[in-house]
Amino acid sequence: MEIILKVENISKSYADGKILALQSISFQVKRGDIFGIIGPDGAGKTTLFRILTTLMLPDNGNATLNGQNLLTDFKKIRNQIGYMPGKFSNYQDLTVEENLQFFANVFNTSVVENYHLIAEIYDQLSPFKHRRAGQLSGGMKQKLALCCALIHKPAILFLDEPTTGVDAVSRKEFWEMLERLKHQGITIIVSTPYMDEALHCDDIALIQNGKIMSIHTPAGIISQFGEDLFAVKATNMSQLLKLLRNETWVKSCFSFGEAHHVTINSSQAAEELFSQFALQKSILDWKIEKIEPTIEDCFIKLMEK
Amino acid sequence: MNQDSVIKVKNLTKRFGSFTAVDNISFDVKKGEIFGFLGANGAGKTTAMRMLSGLSKPTEGNAIIAGYDIHKDTEKIKRNIGYMSQKFSLYEDLTVAENIQFFGGIYGLSREDIRIKTPLLIHKLGLDTEANMLVGSLPLGWKQKLAFSVAIFHQPEIVFLDEPTGGVDPITRRQFWDLIYEASDSGITVFVTTHYMDEAAYCNRITMMVDGIIKALDSPANLKEQFKAESIDEVFFELARGAKRKADLT
Repeated sequence: MEIILKVENISKSYADGKILALQSISFQVKRGDIFGIIGPDGAGKTTLFRILTTLMLPDNGNATLNGQNLLTDFKKIRNQIGYMPGKFSNYQDLTVEENLQFFANVFNTSVVENYHLIAEIYDQLSPFKHRRAGQLSGGMKQKLALCCALIHKPAILFLDEPTTGVDAVSRKEFWEMLERLKHQGITIIVSTPYMDEALHCDDIALIQNGKIMSIHTPAGIISQFGEDLFAVKATNMSQLLKLLRNETWVKSCFSFGEAHHVTINSSQAAEELFSQFALQKSILDWKIEKIEPTIEDCFIKLMEK
Repeated sequence: MNQDSVIKVKNLTKRFGSFTAVDNISFDVKKGEIFGFLGANGAGKTTAMRMLSGLSKPTEGNAIIAGYDIHKDTEKIKRNIGYMSQKFSLYEDLTVAENIQFFGGIYGLSREDIRIKTPLLIHKLGLDTEANMLVGSLPLGWKQKLAFSVAIFHQPEIVFLDEPTGGVDPITRRQFWDLIYEASDSGITVFVTTHYMDEAAYCNRITMMVDGIIKALDSPANLKEQFKAESIDEVFFELARGAKRKADLT
């Protein structure tokens, strides 16, 4: 597969080197893939996006985007990428229609020429096309920003946290939309703090404190977990968490809402250990089962290293 | 109504022109309960929360918050609740200690109280060496934990948390819930909104709001049984998918 984006050893620091925002970041993205950059606030996601969209220079390192050199060909790169920042970036006092027109003009194209790319999204916006962008709801602003980032048919689309603060149903719809853009041949680089969204991506990079902890397919990351994981439940979950954390055979124990996820450091079977423990501590209505780790389990494990 | 209830909401409605943001909602929340307030964007959660915290007057209906009427006693309500959101929590250009002192003053603690309690809180949070650092220079996870502690510094009856864990790393998110449990154990009622469905399972009871109406209200276990669902996620999808009012149209 052709590599459309190659990032090599990009570093960036702020405040005279006191804050290391990015430390030697390298990864590759295949043409037509959805590449997810997954990590919490402050991990360095936005800094990375600003650098790759030519808005900021790295301290070190370089990248190749669609055959162009990040440091020397930045003007060409700007015509070949679309960027939707985390903060709403359209002109609040222009209407929906005027914003779209403006971005098309800036890129020397017309709304008609690439309308097929945005047709499905713009359809939902068109009842409000004479409304000023500042008066739109959050969901509509997001759709407008996406249309404006797509109107010049970019080869690579950068989306910085498009789903932050969005409810679970709307998040699912947004990812379905990205899936359809992917089928139109657009490569998508997307960041998110929601670990469950990793499963929609072809490849993901898990990022924390300016460093990439792991890069793989979602299934690959999960297979690297490398040990058995158990979900345990009981009537009193907060008591169960405290008690488990004091057990020497418990290696890690984190709450995942309806169950606690536990790894063990013993050669004995987890079920046996747990049933002895439950008997000893008089734990009621308990249940243990072996489960497949989630991306969040993997992220926590990598953070603890 | 239950005497132990610290939040009593009856037929609460808020209209903006012809648009009914919150449509005749009623519920009670017991003292010390962790009450999850869930719903899609635009369902009316923020409008409801603004009324309950005395920031906005209802068009119809009533609510008693910590013993005070939301029509008449909004100032008293504000002194008896704490509030924290992801968007606004602390002053970035004040130090850790200054933020605690400032919010202590705002919430009406005496100078003496603030002087004694500030170092205790700093120590409890493990921020002794950071006490005189600007809050803006702290990692997000620390800020969120500090913001929560500041919101309950005056031991309010109720604390309102609006998406308190958005964007924080998975370990800090769990530590944050440890703090919520601790507050609840000390008798503070916790009213919380979140987009993380796994967090809904930490609540004693949850409501699901759809189009301004409360569509479901029960313990997580009972809701799963009622909707024959494997997870709260599924219950949410079942209810929110039926929403006529998209966030887009509001």
